[in-house]
Amino acid sequence: MTQADPGVWTTLADVVAAACLLLGAYFSLSAGVGVLRFGNLLARTHAVAKPQVLGLILLLIGVALRVRSWPTVTMLALVVAFQLLTSPVSAHMVGRAGVRTGKVDPADLEVDELGGDEAEPRRLPEEPTAPR
Amino acid sequence: MIVAVFVATGLLAVAALLAVVRIERGPSMLDRSIAFDVLTSVLVGAIAVEAAWSRRTETIPILVVLSLVGFVGSVAIARFASVEPEGEGVVRSSDEIAAGEAGRMEALDAAEASHDAEHHGGGAEGEVR
Repeated sequence: MTQADPGVWTTLADVVAAACLLLGAYFSLSAGVGVLRFGNLLARTHAVAKPQVLGLILLLIGVALRVRSWPTVTMLALVVAFQLLTSPVSAHMVGRAGVRTGKVDPADLEVDELGGDEAEPRRLPEEPTAPR
Repeated sequence: MIVAVFVATGLLAVAALLAVVRIERGPSMLDRSIAFDVLTSVLVGAIAVEAAWSRRTETIPILVVLSLVGFVGSVAIARFASVEPEGEGVVRSSDEIAAGEAGRMEALDAAEASHDAEHHGGGAEGEVR
């Protein structure tokens, strides 16, 4: 155990927490700017999926450093886990729905991975009828 | 700490405002849903900043709930996204709405005036059994 003055560590945690809050709010702002300024749907999806999650994680780290109790940290870790799990899924689904409903210009795409099988409706393979 | 909280709150407020502008403009429903995602995340961030400032922990469960609700909302909208007709996703201004309503009311009045008592609204004739 270190015999350092506990006040030093408290102050340090508060300072780091303040820095994390500022940085997280800045990333959230950049996500807001991106979602307003970017020109098409997929670019906006990018702004939502990446800086937004990073900003939120930084904000929650700030809260954890400020509150300093294990139950709270557990719940904040849960929020971070949910964000990391759900944000790619929702961005992917929005992008795919955009491609399917013709809101994405195929000329914008470098690699059109959905072009082949999403352009035509998918058909179930013909099942051979079982002989009686 | 107080300065950091004020600045962070201001940045989050601006981010929320930009997201709301995109929700109002957004040419399609999907743009609105991702802007709503940003709005939800900014709300989570704002509650987090408040919790960090006051050191209250009873608002933390709200963060868990909000992060799930935002996901369910955008996934549901993306799942049921359909091809929108041209101009369908545009929010009309009050003048355009008034013009559309005037046209509709005129059509209703014309339909009302063309009724005659014989086919509509006449009293019961003869013996009602």
